[in-house]
Amino acid sequence: MRELHTKLKSLFPVGDLTEQRSNLGFVTVPQEHLRAVLVHLRDREGFTHLVLLTAVDWLEAGQFQLTYLLSNRTAGKDLGVRVMLARDGATMQSIHDVWPTAATYQRELREMFGIDFPGSPRLHEEFILEGWNDIPPYRRDFDTLKYAQENYSERPGRVTHDPAAHMKQKLNSGGN
Amino acid sequence: MTQNAPFFTPDRSQYPAKKADGTLDIDIASGKYLKLWQGPNHPGITGNMSVELTVCGDEVVEGKTHVGYLHRGFEKLMERRTFIQCFPIVCRICVPEPDFNEYCYAAAVEELAGIKSPERADWIRALILEMGRINSYMMYLGGQAGALGLGVIGQWTTYARDLMLDRFEELTGARIYHMFIMPGGVRDGLPEGFDKRMEETLREVESTLKDVYDVMFCNAVFKKRTVGVGYIDPALVDSYGITGPNARAAGVAKDVRKDQPYLIYSQLDFEPVLGQDSDIFTRADVRRRDVLVSVDLVRQILAKMPRTGPLMATVPNVLHWKIPRGETYIRGECSRGEYGYYLVTDGSGYPRRVNVRGPSYTHAVSLLERMIVNLNISDVASLMVSLHTYPPEIER
Repeated sequence: MRELHTKLKSLFPVGDLTEQRSNLGFVTVPQEHLRAVLVHLRDREGFTHLVLLTAVDWLEAGQFQLTYLLSNRTAGKDLGVRVMLARDGATMQSIHDVWPTAATYQRELREMFGIDFPGSPRLHEEFILEGWNDIPPYRRDFDTLKYAQENYSERPGRVTHDPAAHMKQKLNSGGN
Repeated sequence: MTQNAPFFTPDRSQYPAKKADGTLDIDIASGKYLKLWQGPNHPGITGNMSVELTVCGDEVVEGKTHVGYLHRGFEKLMERRTFIQCFPIVCRICVPEPDFNEYCYAAAVEELAGIKSPERADWIRALILEMGRINSYMMYLGGQAGALGLGVIGQWTTYARDLMLDRFEELTGARIYHMFIMPGGVRDGLPEGFDKRMEETLREVESTLKDVYDVMFCNAVFKKRTVGVGYIDPALVDSYGITGPNARAAGVAKDVRKDQPYLIYSQLDFEPVLGQDSDIFTRADVRRRDVLVSVDLVRQILAKMPRTGPLMATVPNVLHWKIPRGETYIRGECSRGEYGYYLVTDGSGYPRRVNVRGPSYTHAVSLLERMIVNLNISDVASLMVSLHTYPPEIER
């Protein structure tokens, strides 16, 4: 994994390698070099399988982390390529022409995190949600509890007690 | 494909032209095309999803997968739950084979927390995963036969699966959601007399499979409708993220158990089952033979596993369990392909992000949408089942 990182470092301005296991590493790549790094890894280094593409919301730092996890089956190695994006107006280049399956991941990321991938096929078609008009739900600042309380009614007959007060009242009334 | 048979030349004069952006120019008002929804309520659909078909005559010109009918936001839920509270949630992501969620989640938490599960627990984990695989394949065989009108196969395989559920019940206390593989190890050891009863169950599974082979795989109708239909080009395997039996039926020996052995698989003797023709029939046959491999693996595991020793590693107080910042990816070979968990922690008592990589994510969306074009309507159900998709792992 270190050899690969040294090789990558000589070609692209990649960050330090985080070696999670002997066969799994993570490396951060500047946004504008991502495509070149991915194509290089796919065509020259045997990382032909895009395992997943997902985002992590680092709300406090105002950033999204995109993780492109690639796998080289013959060498039994995985490399996670990270890209940090500014959270406001997050836009990333599409890689649907490098891996056709990426289009589905990108559609989901646009819907769930609000990250735009210009040029990705059917990007604006609804994927999982229907008629959603709130902020993208997988962002950290989306409050599921608040949303549920505002949009759905409580089932009748359901009462919530404060456990301490409830037990005290139960014990004082002789358990009835 | 049926329409490619030499005696049938399809009439493509009515076919839609492509627009500049590559999408099809479909004018429904022209009367040439018809929109047909296969699902979400349809006997020929795999679970709660639907495929929006545009047909010209009885041929599909475009298919779009729609999911979202059972989205419960598991990944988001887990960000608000402590690590141990996530443990009973994860198995709900996949009903017919929930154990891979438990294993991948537990292994990811263990790796980031620096915990090593005991050896005996690893053997029991592998046992459970193989039992789950047999169940999942049994359900598939019933579904594949059912999509072509062979309803009786489903009844036989359900019988064999039910026996395996009995073994699950005596081992874990539950039939469907076992909640047995905890971060740190497994909840319990094997009950008394388990080996004997398991051997009886395995024999029933083998005997059922023999009947299934005779009635399904040697059936003229089944062969006629599956041989040569739904071909996956081996060149597509990597670009479309195809894994598991769908890749192995195309001759690509992709099997995580061999490529990156986890748990105790390096100590077991087996070879990945391969096919050549990459059609629906071959995929069904690869899965049938894979059940036999799993049956053999269960026997090997029971013969080799240690019977004494700890089942759980020492785990911190789960109510105050904080895991240092880190990220990892754990994968396993489930009955449908590569199943994986990408876990990111930030030093708090809650996961920062959990992402589930289900094999159906690529199989049921991009691959299916590509394969469904030019297919006859009557073959759609059979093709979809042959990709062995479970919608909950798409929408999580």
